Amino acid sequence: MRKSQINALAVLTVGLVLGVIACKPKNAGSAVSGDAAEKVYVAPGKYDEFYNFVSGGFSGQLSVYGLPSGRLFRVIPVFSVDPEKGYGYNEETKPMLNTSHGFVPWDDLHHVEMSQTNGEVDGRWVFVNGNNTPRVARVDLKTFRTAEILELPNSAGNHSSPFITENTEYVVAGTRFSVPPDDVNGDVPINSYKQNFKGYLSFISVDKNNGGMNIAFQIKAPGVNFDLSHAGKGKSHGWFFFSCYNSEQANTLLEVNASQKDKDFIMAVNWKKAEEYLKAGKGKKVSAKYAHNTYDDKTHSAKSEIRSEVVVLDAEELKDICYMIPCPKSPHGCDVDPSGEYIVGSGKLAALIPVFSFDKIQKAIAAKDFEGEYQGIPVIKYQSALHGEVQKPGLGPLHTEFDGKGNAYTSFFVSSEVVKWNIKDLKVVDRVPTYYSIGHLCVPGGDSKKPFGKYLIAYNKITKDRYLPVGPELPQSAQLYDISGEKMQLILDFPTIGEPHYAQAAPAELIQKNSVKFYKIEENNHPYVSKGEATTKVVRQGNQVHVYMTAIRSHLSPDNIEGIRMGDEVYFHVTNLEQDWDVPHGFAIKGANNAELLIMPGETTTLKWVPDRVGIFPMYCTDFCSALHQEMSGYVRVSPAGSNVPLLFSTGKNMPAADSSKAK
Amino acid sequence: MKKLFIIAGLIVFGIACGNQKDSPKGDENKSAETSESTENGNPSYDPNRGEGKYTSVELGASLDQAKATEGEKVYGVKCSGCHKLTDEKLVGPGWKGVTGRHKPEWIMNFITNTDEMLNKDPKAQAQLEICLVRMPNQNLSDDEARNLLEFMRKNDGVK
Repeated sequence: MRKSQINALAVLTVGLVLGVIACKPKNAGSAVSGDAAEKVYVAPGKYDEFYNFVSGGFSGQLSVYGLPSGRLFRVIPVFSVDPEKGYGYNEETKPMLNTSHGFVPWDDLHHVEMSQTNGEVDGRWVFVNGNNTPRVARVDLKTFRTAEILELPNSAGNHSSPFITENTEYVVAGTRFSVPPDDVNGDVPINSYKQNFKGYLSFISVDKNNGGMNIAFQIKAPGVNFDLSHAGKGKSHGWFFFSCYNSEQANTLLEVNASQKDKDFIMAVNWKKAEEYLKAGKGKKVSAKYAHNTYDDKTHSAKSEIRSEVVVLDAEELKDICYMIPCPKSPHGCDVDPSGEYIVGSGKLAALIPVFSFDKIQKAIAAKDFEGEYQGIPVIKYQSALHGEVQKPGLGPLHTEFDGKGNAYTSFFVSSEVVKWNIKDLKVVDRVPTYYSIGHLCVPGGDSKKPFGKYLIAYNKITKDRYLPVGPELPQSAQLYDISGEKMQLILDFPTIGEPHYAQAAPAELIQKNSVKFYKIEENNHPYVSKGEATTKVVRQGNQVHVYMTAIRSHLSPDNIEGIRMGDEVYFHVTNLEQDWDVPHGFAIKGANNAELLIMPGETTTLKWVPDRVGIFPMYCTDFCSALHQEMSGYVRVSPAGSNVPLLFSTGKNMPAADSSKAK
Repeated sequence: MKKLFIIAGLIVFGIACGNQKDSPKGDENKSAETSESTENGNPSYDPNRGEGKYTSVELGASLDQAKATEGEKVYGVKCSGCHKLTDEKLVGPGWKGVTGRHKPEWIMNFITNTDEMLNKDPKAQAQLEICLVRMPNQNLSDDEARNLLEFMRKNDGVK
């Protein structure tokens, strides 16, 4: 081939490549600019600037990422069992997953809300909701563990949850699937929805010292689908706003039948007024069955208590608690700006975003500027509550977060983009594509009075061609945008666990200093703790055998156990004697229909094992702990039922008969 | 022979890693009686004292029985898993004679500042080469450490 021909071919090739790029404007090459790598690079040994707590969706767990690197640090088990950590498998954590339906090993975790003081993120706890079997959980940011789970009676599809008031006075939980209340006969025709189905909103009080949760009251509201919510703040503190769809009250083919009306509602709830009614004795005690599970860091154990009563306020009877604000069209997100004045309703089938004014809502209520009632709740006139509409923002608005500089950022599922707009003049400032079909979005502190701005994270439902293919199920993903300038800039993609719904983020410095490094062995009040090897033992109580065991680098004590018989239930209570950061030990035994134990320094956890056959069963440490980790093992001998092999246990003493002189 | 080289290599490598940050050059050649001072007025590294906050530990002429009894309790929970009271090595060395082998300051620094000592102190590193398990930092309080020292003295026959 002649040189000129080669050159021509090269030009042609470049042209073709350019042509392909030009035809595909939404590819990564055109969306990411040159300094993106610099902005997300966190050098080895350096820390990220923010913690990002991301819902794990149908994994039931909460994931913890660093920003701006997008590195995954931890998956905190909350509503689903986690064999890696023994969560829901060891005896200590099984009660955490107890419900009125018994042990439930899975849920669908959608939303994440960090505790606040004076409307600012305080870094103490993260609240998350369980959507399927309605529950709210509290994760303690000292230990990054689930500390408490509270079930919600009279509820189904706990979706508009767990949003909080500005001093974490309450966590709310509104029911997405209205159902007949628990204390009446629920054996009714499904198409009697309009007569029999109700929507309940739970207000869970939070103890400001220890975070303890309690259902202070429930509001009985019309049977609709309560979707999302946010508390008022600043001037609107004392109010809560819930979006609701299906004001048609359809019970079948909701896709069509719940999309009939031009407008559904945002329900404004005056919870201070509800508190007054509660004090005045207007609440009705009704019977209900729900579990309250708490984990104690001193006994290293959870307990589950079934409660039997809840106080209900009826929104229809007590007229001035709830007000409906018409909102186009099947509203999803319901977000309040940092000043507390503007409430943004995102009608997921609408092509505009209505922004309501708290002051105007108050005026309308005072003037009884109502267009009528919906199921006994006053309906404020749309125009009387409206600050204005963002026109032609995009298709399918879902959620809005704020940067504290007067801007709002709304996600658009259908048109796959984030749109930045000015809260006051409602003008669109900027828009960026997402890859693809964004659901929630997050700005650090973005639903508080003091957003930290700087970054925006998009949580996408579909990734298609963004990552190497891994079979039919692809990772869902997050995308990080730099929002420090006028224009948003895409700087990073990272895959997520499960399905990311809502997420929140906070500066690392608020959280990292409080992190527990180990549990003090002196403060271990576990009933089966062994404080030192001298206290290890094996105790038989009928067919239950309790092994009081210790783990330290690098042996288990006792490591030889004989005298276990078929029909026994063996409980290994393993105490990790280490008192240093980052030295967990693991424990597993062959054939256990169970998971491993993963025991933090100073902690005691228990593995239940029911041997299924006679023989020798090795046990070992599963977490590489030292140069002699492979030596950290032992044997258990199982004899037939009724055998007279004596119960024996020891470490370093059970030598062969001929060698017994060597043993000391 | 080949094996020996590998082991020697590993040890040198291990020390090199551990020393990266903390060890000033030529440290190992300095005598204990060096008179150089660091910025805060402390003497530079003294291998008899070790690295840590204890510069002098007062010992009574006779045993403080109360301290020794408390120390024995701490031993039971935090130390006995790895250390025997005889001279027999378990995971770590047996404690018999330990108060004769090391100055009280060195013991106090080693049991409260374990990681730095293992990174820096020649005697601690020599022991690590034998045991090959880094002693865990058991996060002893000052009182616990002092009580343990008294229990070690009792174990070594101080009355």
